[in-house]
Amino acid sequence: MTNVLDQVTKKAESSDVGHSREPVNAAKGHTMVEAYKELYSNLKLQSGVASQPAWLNDLRDKGFAKFEELGFPTKRNEDWHFTNSAPIATKKFDLRAEGASHSVTKEALEPFLFEGDWATIVFVNGEFDKDLSNFHRGNGRFFISTLKEATANDIRLVEQKLGGLGQIDINAFAALNTAFMQDGVFVGVSPNAVVDQPVHILYVGDSTGANTFVSPRTLIVADHHSEVTVVESFVSLNGAEGYFSNAVTEVYLAPGAQVKHYKVQRQTEDSFHVGSSFVYQKGDSNYESFSYAVGSSLSRTNVDTILDGDGAHATLNGLYMVDGDQVVDHQTRIEHVAPNCTSHEIYKGILDGSSQGVFNGKVYVHPEAQKTDGKQSNNNLILSDNAEVNTKPQLEIFADDVRCTHGATIGRLDENSLFYLKSRGVSAVTARKLLTYAFAAEVLEEMTIEPIKLKLEELAFSRFAE
Amino acid sequence: MLDIKGLRAGIADREILKGIDLKVNPGEVHAVMGPNGSGKSTLAQVLAGNPGYEVLGGSVNYEGIDLLELAPEERAQKGVFLAFQYPVEIPGVTNSYFLRSAYNEVRKAQGKEEMDPLDFLDLIEEKMKLVEMDPSMLNRSVNSGFSGGEKKRNEILQMAVLEPKLAILDETDSGLDIDALRIVAEGVNKLKRPDNATIVVTHYQRLLNYIVPDFVHVLAHGRIIKSGGKELALELEEKGYDWLLESSGATVASVA
Repeated sequence: MTNVLDQVTKKAESSDVGHSREPVNAAKGHTMVEAYKELYSNLKLQSGVASQPAWLNDLRDKGFAKFEELGFPTKRNEDWHFTNSAPIATKKFDLRAEGASHSVTKEALEPFLFEGDWATIVFVNGEFDKDLSNFHRGNGRFFISTLKEATANDIRLVEQKLGGLGQIDINAFAALNTAFMQDGVFVGVSPNAVVDQPVHILYVGDSTGANTFVSPRTLIVADHHSEVTVVESFVSLNGAEGYFSNAVTEVYLAPGAQVKHYKVQRQTEDSFHVGSSFVYQKGDSNYESFSYAVGSSLSRTNVDTILDGDGAHATLNGLYMVDGDQVVDHQTRIEHVAPNCTSHEIYKGILDGSSQGVFNGKVYVHPEAQKTDGKQSNNNLILSDNAEVNTKPQLEIFADDVRCTHGATIGRLDENSLFYLKSRGVSAVTARKLLTYAFAAEVLEEMTIEPIKLKLEELAFSRFAE
Repeated sequence: MLDIKGLRAGIADREILKGIDLKVNPGEVHAVMGPNGSGKSTLAQVLAGNPGYEVLGGSVNYEGIDLLELAPEERAQKGVFLAFQYPVEIPGVTNSYFLRSAYNEVRKAQGKEEMDPLDFLDLIEEKMKLVEMDPSMLNRSVNSGFSGGEKKRNEILQMAVLEPKLAILDETDSGLDIDALRIVAEGVNKLKRPDNATIVVTHYQRLLNYIVPDFVHVLAHGRIIKSGGKELALELEEKGYDWLLESSGATVASVA
């Protein structure tokens, strides 16, 4: 495999990209950080970890040192101002024993699969399960494997890329993942290759994973003019109380590469999820992201992309639907470094019960990024008196010839639309359900992976309209 | 069929309809004309039950029942239909799903069985021919991204599916070119039966060339100031509304 992406990594790490970001200013010496220290030394004793190559253990150490330095974010951290990380930060999680058994069956995963022919890679409580998985390792044009296998086989690209975009300096959860990452997936695609079969990675938690924290890690490297589709599902089954998945995904797009990367978060409401996607794009590449978040008691998703080559395009869409006491938080950052790039972003939220939603979307346009075209919107539908949304779309523009728009709405169902439906004989209850579904469907319609679109529309429909 | 007596209604503290009397019998077509701001659309919205308007007085008897007591959906289920001046866009709900939901809810309310999706498809394709609509419009979101003409045709399609007893067309001609106007008007004419009635609300006479009214009423300042046969519409076309407003004691300035 060629390494045209080498300079890409360097650029991403160089100091002129992301210079505006403040490091986390969190309270240090948090008691729980001490607990993680113990877990970390236990981890290092695990045979699977001890036998890993030195570069990987160095990366872990770096990650843990950063985590210790940063601590869990507090409300003083601007990016955590509206979401209290305490439910995670103050809870004592266990580390799962290597090779511990679980109870997940193929049937139990059925509801989380999509129609059609997929390469399916399943991890239960962070650990790869061969029997539940079904995928080809590739054909010389592309390569798919577990991260463990890839590192064991000394795949150079993994060593070169892993951690290159991880942002451990400012993101405590990314640092924590880097320290504890147990397994995950590596997808590498050669120049001009098209991976026909979409890849579905399922990170599953079950009752044997209750009160443990897992650190899935995914690395996608798409070389120039290649195409690949990767869907990551974060799910948990009944009994996975206190299961905490803390994921990091890194995505590299060389010139002209096209990557569709969807995330589906459907964990049970007694679990936790934090997940970050860090993306780096060269010229004429196209990155399409969708974040679907309905699960967890507290979930946080970061999607960051850097557009660093003429003509790159990013689509960042998302839909969150929560109820009860759920908290769902999305943070996106689109960094326009090169000129003539476009980014489109639509996030929608539906909040019921006493749930809380947060959207914090930044579009940062560097001085050189002339002719940037950026559109960003966040629309929220509130279904109850006690639900709450904080939304903060932000533009920071340092170029003078750009076209950027952004906007946010928080509202209830439109009275005109309700009246219109009712005037056709549709009952008040049905009209409300139909409009709520329609609000969700509008952003799901933007999806270009048909089987997922159909499945999620079905889920939204049965949630609201049946 | 419809008997409106002394109907007064408005928005917030503003009284717009100041005492409307109007009687409509089965088989009749009534045109309600008037200058902008006269209250034409308010009358249409109040009859359909728009909660944004407040009824301040008077009564509306529809087929022996008090129409004003009914929720909008109940009015629709009992055969009242309003073709909107500005049809609402509903992104995310397909036209076919919307039409089938409406059709089945109305049937349910009338004690009839719901129709399954395949049978409904046959029905809808038949009805679409009436307004010369492309079947692809069924899979598009309701009115979303439709042109002005497409929206108005979609209104008449809904009317064709729901087969109302009393259809109220609110400025259905606005924003239509002459071809679209013809198609929409022909659609309405084909739906005319001896047992249903139509109220056509319009500013201009031109729609009435296609949908010929039995009665024409001129609305100004929230009151019907003149009623007559279809020739009244032609007279209005020729002379405008001013002569009527002057003779009724209103000034042009206060209309604007």
